[in-house]
Amino acid sequence: MKITKVVDAKGMACPMPIVKTKKEMKQLETGDILEVQATDQGALKDFEAWAKSTGHELLQTKEADGVLTFHIKKGE
Amino acid sequence: MTETKSTNIILFSGDYDKAMAAYIIANGAAAYDHEVTIFHTFWGLNALRKDEPIQANKTMLEKMFGKMMPRGAEKMGLSKMHFAGMGPKLIKKVMKKHNAMPLADLIEMAEEQDVNLVACTMTMDLLGLQKAELRESTQYAGVAAYLADAEDGNVNLFI
Repeated sequence: MKITKVVDAKGMACPMPIVKTKKEMKQLETGDILEVQATDQGALKDFEAWAKSTGHELLQTKEADGVLTFHIKKGE
Repeated sequence: MTETKSTNIILFSGDYDKAMAAYIIANGAAAYDHEVTIFHTFWGLNALRKDEPIQANKTMLEKMFGKMMPRGAEKMGLSKMHFAGMGPKLIKKVMKKHNAMPLADLIEMAEEQDVNLVACTMTMDLLGLQKAELRESTQYAGVAAYLADAEDGNVNLFI
């Protein structure tokens, strides 16, 4: 999997991870993959819902040492 | 993507915590690609006030109102546990620890995300607030403008 860009949202509180991700996603092209790292535990549900609602695809979610990593593929 | 959805929030409250909730939802909704409007009325108008004193031609009563109401977001009090001003200091300390954004920053971010900040002109008159006292990005409207947005809206909140 080729990651186009990484967003470091570690330590950020709601609503920053989503706001920052949205900003970065805007710069990408359809099909690009964005990696987001977050420590806000609410992000787990947030990114699932956000990707679904905004037409992006949440490819995978990983958790290690309290850091959540999301891979999101940009939709049309 | 499907057509743009909209979030419309009425901010009636002038409490710091409630305004924070409103602005967090507004910023989240903007990240959801919604068209977002916060309609400020009554005490909620104080969130839009500039923090410096503004020279304005006012009646005695209007001046009194202006003095008694918080000048800007960071001067607002808490809805619970205000403790004569200690509450806001404490909560801001806790917020810093948890990296939560202060209200003033949330408002700036909302502006960056093109959230429409609307002031209700009728209540501005009641509270004696003038355009020069409010943020430059403020738009001015009445109930009809709110309803036009809200009737087709997807999320409607009164805070």
